[in-house]
Amino acid sequence: MLEEQGPEWMSEEVKTGTTIIAVEFDGGVVLGSDSRVSAGASVVNRVMNKLSPLHDRIYCALSGSAADAQTIAETVNYQLDVHSMELGQDPLVCSAATLVKNISYQYKEELSAHLIVGGWDRRGGGQVYATLSGLLTRQPFALGGSGSSYVYGYLDAEYRAGAGRTDTQRLVVDTLSLAMSRDGSSGGVAYLVTIDGDGVEEKVFLGNELPTFYDQ
Amino acid sequence: MAAAATMMFGQEQMVSSNNDMAPDWTSKEVSTGTTIMAVEYDGGVVVGADSRTTTGAYIANRVTDKLTPIHDRIFCCRSGSAADTQAIADMVTYQLGFHSIELDEMPKVETAANLFKASCYRYREELTAGIIVAGWDKRRGGQVYSVPIGGMCVRQQVSIGGSGSSYIYGFMDANYKPGMTKEQCMELVTNAVSLAMERDGSSGGVVRLAAISESGVERRVVLGGQLPKFFTN
Repeated sequence: MLEEQGPEWMSEEVKTGTTIIAVEFDGGVVLGSDSRVSAGASVVNRVMNKLSPLHDRIYCALSGSAADAQTIAETVNYQLDVHSMELGQDPLVCSAATLVKNISYQYKEELSAHLIVGGWDRRGGGQVYATLSGLLTRQPFALGGSGSSYVYGYLDAEYRAGAGRTDTQRLVVDTLSLAMSRDGSSGGVAYLVTIDGDGVEEKVFLGNELPTFYDQ
Repeated sequence: MAAAATMMFGQEQMVSSNNDMAPDWTSKEVSTGTTIMAVEYDGGVVVGADSRTTTGAYIANRVTDKLTPIHDRIFCCRSGSAADTQAIADMVTYQLGFHSIELDEMPKVETAANLFKASCYRYREELTAGIIVAGWDKRRGGQVYSVPIGGMCVRQQVSIGGSGSSYIYGFMDANYKPGMTKEQCMELVTNAVSLAMERDGSSGGVVRLAAISESGVERRVVLGGQLPKFFTN
């Protein structure tokens, strides 16, 4: 091959091989994500916030192909704006999740992105919906991304129904930290978004602020 | 239907062929898609495993014993192809037994691990075997050696393996601490294997445990109804 091809990562697809989590608590939800975006072996963005707003009190967590995930999130953001204007009030989390599911299902052969939707509305309080492969299911907590495999056991063991806000935030940060230390495609900083009836709180945990475990 | 096959000249006659009538697992290899683990404590080791052996989607054995004794105080946990791991374990049992008689001494766990490594590395292209070797000897006490697919050998304080292990890396990182007692290790292993069994389709059945120390081997089984209960959807 005589042509100049450039470095390998220029021709690799950009993926958010990642860890994303959403956990419901009494009165709201906490969403969390890592911040690594990789193209092959290269980290092209080490500080990307994968928690994307769909509406005032509804966020989604992105995983899979970065382009696909971002496009779905922007499309649903627009659709929700129109919908809430027609309604004259804030949309339900279920509606947002259904819009995400519709796109994921209709284009399931072409897209490779998984979005977890979490938010608060007046009717149902805090809710988490998973939309993997175009299904729609409400769950007390949802995991996604390549790093999620390593922490299913931990979250199964530690999740308690009806936990409070700070306990749930700590659980999400601990889970993210464990996944980021085991998954090569997850890393960087941890972003947290907490949504309840009073509003939205965004937090960042830098590398040295993350909890460490026995072998670190 | 595929059963009504047409005879063509030159076509090989098959005694049994995979037609639509036979379930697909009749042509799948038997594998211990599994969850295995071993933990060191002061004075010995605790090994644990699930009990499911699958051929495709069929569970060929739901009460398998994947904790195989290699010598009086040395066990191995088997994952991967059931045939490959049984064959390797039998070979190592013979080799180690012979070596122990020659030396007139109890064999070292490191020796057993190296014997596994020798076979797994030499035949790495043909084998699918992920093995954890654990036991007690008087030189170094309780030891755990991991011999994963590919044939490397490394000593670790805690080792997990098999398809179900992916789901409990986070749990183990968070809950293992050096300096635990035997009972704490038993509980940790039981909890970890249960969590993995809950999430991994290839793991299930009962949890088998063995605690190996200078005084002997204590075996336990935790049956389905007695498994620890965690939150599940």
